[in-house]
Amino acid sequence: MEIPRHWRLKQQRYSLVGETCPHCEAKIFPPRDVCPTCGGEAKTQYAFSGKGEVFSYTTIYEAPSGYDETAPYTVALVKLEEGPIITAQLTDLGDQPVEIGMPVEMVTRKLRSENEERGILIYGYKFRPVLSRAA
Amino acid sequence: MTDVIIAGIGQTPVGEHWEISLRSLAIKAMLAAMHDAGGLRPQALFLGNMLAPAISRQAHLGDLLADFSGLSGIEAVLVEASGASGAAALRQGYLAVASGAVETALVVGVEKVTDYVGPEVDAALATASDSDFEAVQGVTPAALAALLMRRYMYEFNVPADGLAGFALTAHENAVSNPNAMFQKTISPEAYRQAEIVSEPLNMLDVAPNADGAAAVLLTRGDLLPKGYAHPLVKIAGSAIASDTLALHDRVDLLAFDAVRISVEKALHKAGLRREQVSFFEYHDAFSIYAALSLEAAGFAARGQGWKMAHDGSISRTGSLPCATLGGLKARGNPGSASGVYQAVEAATQLRGQARTAQVANAKVGLIQSLGGPAATAVTHILQAV
Repeated sequence: MEIPRHWRLKQQRYSLVGETCPHCEAKIFPPRDVCPTCGGEAKTQYAFSGKGEVFSYTTIYEAPSGYDETAPYTVALVKLEEGPIITAQLTDLGDQPVEIGMPVEMVTRKLRSENEERGILIYGYKFRPVLSRAA
Repeated sequence: MTDVIIAGIGQTPVGEHWEISLRSLAIKAMLAAMHDAGGLRPQALFLGNMLAPAISRQAHLGDLLADFSGLSGIEAVLVEASGASGAAALRQGYLAVASGAVETALVVGVEKVTDYVGPEVDAALATASDSDFEAVQGVTPAALAALLMRRYMYEFNVPADGLAGFALTAHENAVSNPNAMFQKTISPEAYRQAEIVSEPLNMLDVAPNADGAAAVLLTRGDLLPKGYAHPLVKIAGSAIASDTLALHDRVDLLAFDAVRISVEKALHKAGLRREQVSFFEYHDAFSIYAALSLEAAGFAARGQGWKMAHDGSISRTGSLPCATLGGLKARGNPGSASGVYQAVEAATQLRGQARTAQVANAKVGLIQSLGGPAATAVTHILQAV
């Protein structure tokens, strides 16, 4: 059981809340309080749009414990519109092949479940192909 | 500073040692190194390990190993930097002897992975990545390597079997290493047909996790025992550099900056140039790491590292022999112990004791161990005295 650990991250997991640097305006995710671009203190909260594109991707067939129920699954490096790259699973793919450069958007999904009785469910961000307006 | 000599080397075969415990593995290598050094006793023990708390339910390894090897009373601590833990321990041993703080230091790297299988080992290994922002997404070290490999092949138009040469060379070299896990060659056809692990990464792009321990005993040249039996090998350069822990936080994903920085610092310390390096023991936990390391270390231009495996440059008779006793791929990947295996193997080459695996005219060996996808890079330069 790691409830406080996951509770502390709820803004990041559910809303992609990072930071923006007041000195150089770099957008930062995950939050780290020190701007990786200019080195200045950066504690101003900033909510990312959740839009981005696939920078690289792969499929995991043999998953670590806690994830084996959902294997195989696709993970990607997603380059967010605002600049940072994040690691996330892709979901709702259907038969659609994944490609580098494919536009994706954030959704909230179950990331894992603890196996033991009364174990917690961990929710967080995944990314899906951007839904076309016509659909 | 005074020269730090690798006076003794010891190792266990790398493999699935169901019958040997964590402590027994380490102690076999430690005693072998002390024996090889003509009976020198260490004043300090620096130990590299990553998985013992998760896989063996054992922390406080420094004390345990000093205790069970009959060295109780000496300074003994664990150094941890993921897969580079053993190499990081080597640097601590080097600094302790070079500074004069101790006269003799024993460095041991040990990893015991086979007490668990599959998912538990993957979960334990994943703790070396960013737990909150990588591992929580179900990402494994192999998946991170696959993400790198996909991007690399995309950016530089690498053919599907472009990285095959890394595994082929490693296996060819391991034939001559009695401590290697796979002492047999593989064919290009075997690479093309290898089972996929995480596209585009296949089984032969991945070094197998295995049990193993390796140790080196360090001292100063003036403290060697009378009648010391081996040609002298010194640590001429030593450096560690760090990069972002998470792959996604890199400004340039394919740059392996920690490799570049640590190689530059180690060469500078040794007063040597890249062209003087006789062989390179890179951290080929995944073939893409080998390609990116060759580039970041300055041996190949960006996007061209894979060609060195393709055209034979890294073979034993090539311009820069690599993985000369099998590397992580074919000797096996005993996690934290890998960096100390590299030191043992490089010392063997520089002593001229590598028998049929001997690199001709080996004078300077560059060895490099990585934690994660070069989040930590530890580089040492060993030189025949």
